[in-house]
Amino acid sequence: GERGTGKTMTLCHVVHYCSRQGWLVLHIPDAHLWVKNCKELFQSSYNKDRLDQPLQASVWLKNFKTSNEHFLQEIKTQKKYTWGKRESTEEGRPLREVVEQGLARVRSASDAVGVVLRELKQQSHRGSFRLLVAVDGVNALWGRTSLSKEDKSPVSPEELTLVHNLRKMVMNDWNGGAIVTTLSQTGSLFKPSSAYTPQELLGKEGFDALDPFVPIPVPNYSPKEFESCYGYYLERRWLQHEKAHTEDGKAELQFLSGSNPRQLDRLAGPL
Amino acid sequence: TLRLVCTTTAVQRKNVGASGPEKYTEAFIKKQIEEFNLGKRHLANMMGEDPETFTQEDIDRAIAYLFPSGLFDKQARPVMKHPTEIFPEQRKIQWGEDGRPFHFLFYTGKQSYYSLMHETYEKLLNVQKHQDQLIAQDLPLQKEKRNLAGSRWLTKIELEEMLLEKVSDDDYSRFIQLLEKLVALPCADIEEKYIQKFSKEVPVQLQKVVIEPLQHDERGVAFSTGEGKRKTARATAVVYDNGTGKITVNGIDILHYFPVLQDREQLLFPFQFLGRIGKHDMVCTVSGGGRSAQAGAIRLASAKALRSFVTEKEVELMRQAGLLTVDPRVKERKKPGQEGPRRKFTWKKR
Repeated sequence: GERGTGKTMTLCHVVHYCSRQGWLVLHIPDAHLWVKNCKELFQSSYNKDRLDQPLQASVWLKNFKTSNEHFLQEIKTQKKYTWGKRESTEEGRPLREVVEQGLARVRSASDAVGVVLRELKQQSHRGSFRLLVAVDGVNALWGRTSLSKEDKSPVSPEELTLVHNLRKMVMNDWNGGAIVTTLSQTGSLFKPSSAYTPQELLGKEGFDALDPFVPIPVPNYSPKEFESCYGYYLERRWLQHEKAHTEDGKAELQFLSGSNPRQLDRLAGPL
Repeated sequence: TLRLVCTTTAVQRKNVGASGPEKYTEAFIKKQIEEFNLGKRHLANMMGEDPETFTQEDIDRAIAYLFPSGLFDKQARPVMKHPTEIFPEQRKIQWGEDGRPFHFLFYTGKQSYYSLMHETYEKLLNVQKHQDQLIAQDLPLQKEKRNLAGSRWLTKIELEEMLLEKVSDDDYSRFIQLLEKLVALPCADIEEKYIQKFSKEVPVQLQKVVIEPLQHDERGVAFSTGEGKRKTARATAVVYDNGTGKITVNGIDILHYFPVLQDREQLLFPFQFLGRIGKHDMVCTVSGGGRSAQAGAIRLASAKALRSFVTEKEVELMRQAGLLTVDPRVKERKKPGQEGPRRKFTWKKR
């Protein structure tokens, strides 16, 4: 959908619903944050070609921990992972330790993320829990990045550990859960501002990778939706301006915002 | 442009006729007239037309063709006119060989003015006498009102031209008062001819703007068009009836074409004023200008188109609200010696 029509909001709705139902939610607020404006890039210890992003990884791990506390206790690792010379995680330890390890050792945070993702993928087969992967701005995984290596050569997304692991999650080769993604033009790099269809934003690679997917267009408000939104604002007594309560005011708001949710929000803000 | 251009060539010089000796003798002017006629025939010959029926318009066209000039001021371009139009009227010498002046009021200084005043007063007395006669005979006084609205008195400059001498403001006002007094009397119709010499017709300025009727589309939907402009932007708008309030500009939705709220407010204004926000659809094309200019142009175009849908009173209200007037503000020209239209160069003391 176009800019400001509520794609992220619908994703949040889905996430909330699934977490209410008891699913394990893997929510990435904005994948674009991972491919641009990164201050620190380290070479990965695990795989020489790739680059790590400790900052973003640690932020994400923190959020993940707070949102899925009880799940982390239950799930056990199935393999032994070595973090460095001295630290290692044994088999059968709860995932929580992996996450804490990642938070403590910032350098290996991205690897921790990779471990978590792999474990979740393997274990979702069993069916003890249902996994929801919610990615916002998934087109960031296949575009270009604005980062560059020390010798100023551009970095492609595959060379980033986080992106690489995430791509594996989003692929269609596991069951026991669901993947919900949104495309976002606002954060995307090197794409024209009028592009909003999946093909334009994802590029050929991304489109093939996400192959069997159901596109859901998110249009502007229909008249009914607009009325319900307006009614909500009135109920909550957000619109304090006298004219906003009249029919004329409503028509004016509808005209000026063009039934675009973001515009309506910005208009109603100061009222 | 709105600047008044009120001076005539005759008065642009300082003093019309009474300044010193004549600059153009009569013989000189006669010679000029002969030369002009001869030149006219030559010109007709050159252009291949008949010398006998060569009018002034033909002369003007021929000169414009033979001497094309790109000067902006029309009065600066080459002109060939009859000498009486080019050389201002000069007063002939007012006294004879023995030094005795011809006119009896010469020594007043403003002879033609005072003679005019005397004449007008004479007419006034005439009218009063006539009126008295009619009253004596108990006949009804004729009252035919002159058309005061459509005529105006001569301006001071025109009077100066007529009298060939300077007239001061006081004198002029006195003369007009006298004329008014004359006209106010009931039997002034007798002197109508005399009064007409000093009054001019004012052209009827009320141009009724024609409101076009609604046209109908193939599907039976009523629509109307309007054009508007602002700065350098030109816009045409087609307003359809029975719509949802969608507006398309150059094939693009207004949300995408005008991302700024201010421009969309400008578009909204005519509809909001008439209270018809969700009732009309609009399709417009716009070119030129910038973002704000295009918005203003579309606003004007839509207001003009909406006139056909709306009663006359509302049209009047729109006009008073300023929705139907073209905005005359354009970019001001940059002057030499200054950095911009108003900004001067940085002033340095040394």
